[in-house]
Amino acid sequence: MAEKITLSDLNKTLTEMNVQSLEGLKIEGDVEIDLDIGAGGVGPLFAYYFGEQAAKIAMQLMEFAKAVGYPVQNLMQPVAVAQAIAPAPAEIAAAAEAVPAFKIASALASAKFSVGVDKTWKHPIQEVTLGATKADGGSRGHVVKLGGEKAMPFFPDAEMPHAPKITMDVFDMPIGMAKAVKMHYEDVINSPGEWAKKAVKEFGADMVTVHLISTDPLLKDTPAQEAVKTVEEVLQAVDVPICIGGSGNPDKDPVVLSKAAEVCQGERVLIASANLNMDWEKIGKACVDNGHVCLAWTQLEINSQKELNRKLMKVAGVPRESIVMDPTTAALAYGLDFAYSNMERIRLGALKGDDELTFPMSSGTTNAWGVRESWMVRSPNKDDSDWGDRMLRGPIWEILTGYSLAMAGVDIFMMMHPTAVAYLHEITQSLMGRIEAKTPDANAWLKMGV
Amino acid sequence: MKETSPLNLYKLLPQTNCKKCGEETCMAFAAGLIARTRKVEECTPLIDEKKYAKKLDGLRTTVAPELKMIYVGVGERQVKVGGEDVMYRHQMTFFNKPPFAYDVADNMEEAKLIERVKKITTWRKFYIGKWQGVEMIAVRSVTDDPAKFAACVKTVMANGDGFPLILCSFNPAVLKAGLEVAAKEKPLIYAANKDNWKEVAQLAYDYKVPVTLSVPFDLDGLKSMAVTFSSMGLTDLVLDPGTAPNGKMLQQTLLNFINLRRAAVEEAQRDIAYPVMVLPINAWLTTDDPVRAAYWESVLTAAFVIRGGAIMIKHSLEPHSMMPDMHLRFNIYTDPRTPVQVKPGIYKVGNPGPESPVFLTTNFALTYYTVESDVASNNIDAYIIAINTDGIGVQASVAGGQLTPAKILDSFNEAGFDWAGQKYPAMVLPGMAAKFSGELEDLFAGKAKIMVGPEDSGRIIGWMKDFWPPK
Repeated sequence: MAEKITLSDLNKTLTEMNVQSLEGLKIEGDVEIDLDIGAGGVGPLFAYYFGEQAAKIAMQLMEFAKAVGYPVQNLMQPVAVAQAIAPAPAEIAAAAEAVPAFKIASALASAKFSVGVDKTWKHPIQEVTLGATKADGGSRGHVVKLGGEKAMPFFPDAEMPHAPKITMDVFDMPIGMAKAVKMHYEDVINSPGEWAKKAVKEFGADMVTVHLISTDPLLKDTPAQEAVKTVEEVLQAVDVPICIGGSGNPDKDPVVLSKAAEVCQGERVLIASANLNMDWEKIGKACVDNGHVCLAWTQLEINSQKELNRKLMKVAGVPRESIVMDPTTAALAYGLDFAYSNMERIRLGALKGDDELTFPMSSGTTNAWGVRESWMVRSPNKDDSDWGDRMLRGPIWEILTGYSLAMAGVDIFMMMHPTAVAYLHEITQSLMGRIEAKTPDANAWLKMGV
Repeated sequence: MKETSPLNLYKLLPQTNCKKCGEETCMAFAAGLIARTRKVEECTPLIDEKKYAKKLDGLRTTVAPELKMIYVGVGERQVKVGGEDVMYRHQMTFFNKPPFAYDVADNMEEAKLIERVKKITTWRKFYIGKWQGVEMIAVRSVTDDPAKFAACVKTVMANGDGFPLILCSFNPAVLKAGLEVAAKEKPLIYAANKDNWKEVAQLAYDYKVPVTLSVPFDLDGLKSMAVTFSSMGLTDLVLDPGTAPNGKMLQQTLLNFINLRRAAVEEAQRDIAYPVMVLPINAWLTTDDPVRAAYWESVLTAAFVIRGGAIMIKHSLEPHSMMPDMHLRFNIYTDPRTPVQVKPGIYKVGNPGPESPVFLTTNFALTYYTVESDVASNNIDAYIIAINTDGIGVQASVAGGQLTPAKILDSFNEAGFDWAGQKYPAMVLPGMAAKFSGELEDLFAGKAKIMVGPEDSGRIIGWMKDFWPPK
C-alpha cells in the first residue's frame, strides 16, 4: 500500500461510497494498522477516538457484507443462543441466574421523592399568654405567647406560631451554684432586682423566674408577707412577664404562692407550681382569682399529668388558657430518656386530641447543673478519659438538656447560664428558618484543613 | 417491620412447638420476633428443612426492618447502621445507635495521625455499667493523591485497633487506592455523587463494600440515585442528603431527615428506606472559634441523634463535646421497654471483709452503677446495698416515699446481712437521705451505726479519708 490513509479517511470514504456499488472489490495483502503513539503514550482520549472510528468502519463493512449476501446476523447472535443449543447442567444455570452479571446503568433513573404529613394531628395546642401590658391591666412592656402548635416541633406539617421562650432564674437569697454559673451572677447575688435586670438586658432573657426559696422552713422560713416584697422588687426592675416559684416545700408553697398571686394581681404571671402532693386547689384558685397562669407540675408520669390538669380545670376552675405543664426535666445523663419520651408522648397525645394534655410545656433546664458531668472538676472514675475543662463542659450540658426537650415539645425553658441561653435561642430560631446565614459548600468538609 | 400481631408471624413458622429455639411454643417465638428479641435464624427447622423454604422467605420479608440495616467493618467491631422500625423511641425502641466516625486526613504528618487515631480509639467513659466509646474512623482525602491516601489508610489500619473505616473522597482513583488497602475490612465508601456514580458503583461492586450516595439538598436526585444503584444490585447503601450547619438550609436539613424517616418507617417506601448519614463536622466550616465549633457540632449531633441520623462523621475530640454527645446518644437509644434497674440486694465491690463499709443506694441502674464505679475505681473494698425503690433514684425516692427507714431495715433482713461478723458494723446513708438517720438508729437499736455519707458518691473517696473507719 503505497498511500497512507487515516482511519477517519477510510471511514469517510466508505460512508461516501454506496456499498451496493462495491462489486468486484478485493482486499489484497495484510491490513496493517500502525498507531503513531508519539511520546505521550496512548491516552484515554485517543483510545476512545480510535475505538469509535474502528467501530464505525466495522459497521460500514458489515453493512457491505450484508449487502453482498453474507449472513452477518449469525455472527452477531448473543451467547445465550449457544446455551440453548447445548444446555448447561441445571445447577450451573441456576447459579448463573442467581448472580446476574453486574452492569452499570447507562443513566440515572428519574425518580420523584414525596411523603405525606401526619394526618392524626388534628388538635392544636392551647395558646397561653403570659404577662399583661397596661392596656390589659398590667405593667409589662410586652407579653409572651406560648403554644398554638399544630405539629411536633420543627416538623414540616405546620409552622410553629411562636418560638420557644427562655425564662432565667433569679433567687431571693444566695444559693450554691456551679462555678461556671456563679461567675456570671456574683455581682448581683444579693439583689434580685439587679439580677433580673442583668438577665434581661445582658443575657436576653424573654422572662425571669423569681424563686422564693428563702421561704423554705429549713432555710430562712421567710414569711409569705415578707417574701413577696422580692416579687415587687423584680416587677419594678424589669418589664418582661415574670414567673414566680416557691421553695418546693409542699406545706409552705400554697401559702407563699397564693400571697404572691394577690400581690401581682393583673400582671398575668406564671405561678410555679401546683403539684398533686400539695394543696393544688388553693394554688389553682389563687391563679383564677388574680388572673394568672398555673404551672402544673408532675413527676415523669403522663397519667398523673392528666389527673392534675383535670383537677385544676374541673375542681379549681382554672381556664384552659391559663395552664402550662411541667412534666419534669430529668437532665442529660440523669434520666433524660424518661423526660424526653414522657414529653414527646404528652405532645403527640395532645395533637391527636387528648384534651387533658393540649397545653404548652415548661422545662426546668437548670437541672442540668445537678449532673456531676456538668460541674465536677474531674472524673471520680480513674479509668475514664480526661473530662477536660468543667467551665466548658457545664454550659453545653445545659444546652443539650434544653435543646433535646425542645425537640420533644417544650415551649418555655427555665435556664441559668448565659451561653446556654444564647445557644438554645440560636438553634431553635435556626430550625424555624429565622436566621439568615451563608451555608458553606456541602463538600467543603472533605478537604478542610482543621 | 410493620407487623404487630404474633399471629401473622406464627402462620409463617413450622407450628410444631418443637422447642428447639428454647421457647415453649411457636407463638411465643413469634412474639419474640415482634419484639425483636429473637431472630429468624434461631428457628432451625425453618432454616434447615426445604419444605419450609417458602415460609422462610415470607418470614424474612415480613420481619425485615422498615429502614434497611447495613453492616460496616468486620469482626467484633463491626457496626450495624440503620435497621429502625419507628419514628419515635417510645413506640418500641431505636435499635442501632448511630456510629460516630471521627475524622483523620491524608495530609496529616504521620506522628500526628497516629496520635489522633489513638485518641479516637482509646477514648472512653463509664456510664450505667458500660463503657462508652467511639465506633469508627473517617479518613478524608485532602491531597486527592491516591498514593498518599492509600498510605494514610494503611497507617490508620495499623494503629486503628480494628475500628471500621469510612473512606472519604469523590475521586474514584483515590477511593480505589484506599480500597486496595482496606477492602477486606469492609469499609464504607463516601461517596458516589452525580458526577462519579458510575465509577463508584463499579468500585462498590468490585470490592463488595457498602457505599454512600451523596446528593445534597435534592431528595428527588437522592432517590434517583438510590433507585439506580438498587437496580444494579447494589443495596448496601447509606444516603447523604446534605447537612447544612447553619441558616435556613439547616432548617431544610432537619425537614429532609424527618421526611426521609417518615417515608421509610411510616409509609414503607422501600426504595428510599436506607440509613441516613449526618455530617456534624460541617460545624467547623462556620467559625474559627474552636469552642463555638465544638458546641455547634454537639448541637447538630443532638438534632440528628433524635431525628433519624443513622451514622455520623464528627471532628471535635474535646471532652466538652464528646461527653454530652455520647450521653445524649446513650439516653435516646436506651430501650424504653426494659426498666433500667438492678436487682435489689447486697453487692460486693472488690474484696470486702469485716473492716469494710456498707454503702446504701437504690436499685435505679444509673444510681447504683454510679456508686459502684466511684467505689471500685478508687480501689475501695465495700458492700453496696441496693434498696428496691422500683428503679427510682435516691433524691426522688426519699421525697416520694419509695425509700423509707422501715424498708431499709427490711432489705437488710431479707439479704441476711451478718452485722455480727463486721468489725465496724455501720451503714453509710447517701447524704440526700440524711434525714432518716435518727429513725434508723432507733430501728437498728445498736446493731449497726448509721453514718451520713456525701451527697454525691464521687466524694466517697474523700469521705473515707475523714470518716472511715468510724471512731
